[in-house]
Amino acid sequence: MKKILTTPISDEDLKDIKIGDVIYLNGHIVTCRDVAHRRLIELNRELPVDIKGGAIFHAGPIVRKVEGEEDKFEMVSIGPTTSMRMEKFEKEFIEQTGVKLIVGKGGMGANTEAGCKENKAIHCVFPAGCAVLAATCVEEIEDAQWRDLGMPETLWVCRVKEFGPLIVSIDAEGNNIFEQNKVEFNKRKDAALEGLYPKVKYIK
Amino acid sequence: MENKDALDLLTGQIAKFVGLVGKRLPDDVTAKLKELSEGEEMPMAKMIYESMEKNQRAAEELNRPSCQDTGLIQMFVRVGTKFPYIDSLKPVLKDAVFIATKEAPLRHNTVETFDEVNTGTNVGTDSPWLYWDIIPNSDKLELDVYMAGGGCSLPGQGKTLMPGEGYEGVVKVVLDLMTSYGLNACPPLLVGVGIGTSIDSAAFMAKKALMRPVGSHNSNPKAADLEDELTKAIDSIGLGPQGLRGTKSVMGVNIVNSARHPSVISCAVNIGCWSHRRGTITFNSDLSYESSTHKGVEL
Repeated sequence: MKKILTTPISDEDLKDIKIGDVIYLNGHIVTCRDVAHRRLIELNRELPVDIKGGAIFHAGPIVRKVEGEEDKFEMVSIGPTTSMRMEKFEKEFIEQTGVKLIVGKGGMGANTEAGCKENKAIHCVFPAGCAVLAATCVEEIEDAQWRDLGMPETLWVCRVKEFGPLIVSIDAEGNNIFEQNKVEFNKRKDAALEGLYPKVKYIK
Repeated sequence: MENKDALDLLTGQIAKFVGLVGKRLPDDVTAKLKELSEGEEMPMAKMIYESMEKNQRAAEELNRPSCQDTGLIQMFVRVGTKFPYIDSLKPVLKDAVFIATKEAPLRHNTVETFDEVNTGTNVGTDSPWLYWDIIPNSDKLELDVYMAGGGCSLPGQGKTLMPGEGYEGVVKVVLDLMTSYGLNACPPLLVGVGIGTSIDSAAFMAKKALMRPVGSHNSNPKAADLEDELTKAIDSIGLGPQGLRGTKSVMGVNIVNSARHPSVISCAVNIGCWSHRRGTITFNSDLSYESSTHKGVEL
């Protein structure tokens, strides 16, 4: 059976979710990336959307104006961007906003692990590059804030249905699948390099 | 055909091709992804490959960009000295990107540096970014269109090594990048490596390497052998799709090389993500065309 989270998300909802699990989301998710993080944390500007118990998506979509309607947008293509760019802000971001679910691409670091553990939140990966798949999970764009940032960086408030697959990469205990994998990857890399060195002695 | 009509036609065709590149992967990449998917054994990796296949089908059916990051457009232009529209080509290419941005549509990905303003058109100071080459005594135009997304541009790195560090240093640069930035850059990757005399030429060749088809080889047998050895070595790390582990890591490694100064060996790496949106199209002087990456395409 599909494990589906619904916003608003409670601490209790995240209790049994572990790294490597695959989950889906019903409710709302807001796109939020580089400049929005910087504005909240460094420039102390209040986020114009309430995301307490909510979800953010490290993503910059392609949206299209709905013809014949005032101020209405359609989601064309939306996929995750590299989450690591938000690493330096994410712990404080979680603390200040009360966000419970962060969706992005690739791993995040120790800062986010601590933020997730202390405030009970999780980070998930949506398979990147699968932007039409994600767009078809968006039922409606309900709001758009900080539009001065341009299409990729605007906060697009999306109502989603069975948005996923979301692969849990940091759980609410602060376990981090990418960091665990990295240890193994680096061991294998060192072994691979030892094998390569004798084969590349072209300068003699 | 009047000159203005011809230029409008050429601009329109290139705009359509740019749009297509964002919606359909080149034939060589599609074939390689199928092969990797079929050879994958780990359940999580298999699920991700299935999502990728589903996405590419949906993009085709709904006529939408398959990845939202349609990149800052880069083009490698090889223009024949006798191509009739050579003098107007630069504005034609800029206009084509402008039109494709509205029609495809493409995401707005051109931010003017220092002013830090998104132009909203994908056109700006040296955007699209163009590399030029001329073909003597030819009346054709060959164009590689590449969508350089943020995720795959981020890992780009280069280093100028001392000869004492040798090619051992080169392979270390490549492999270190795989486990640091590479795993977040949407594997399975196409790894472009440039080896030459200075950082700028190495970086250029590393990007040029990404324009070569997946599975192709360098004409120098030693370099070709190193392409295979690097592929095997990176695969042994088992990054898998999305860097979440898998049987393999890459679609391949392409090396482009040049002669070097005796005192230095420069190397650079540019990465292509699994959604490697590259297209090559050749226009004849009558503006009939053919694409080697998107066979049978009709614009």
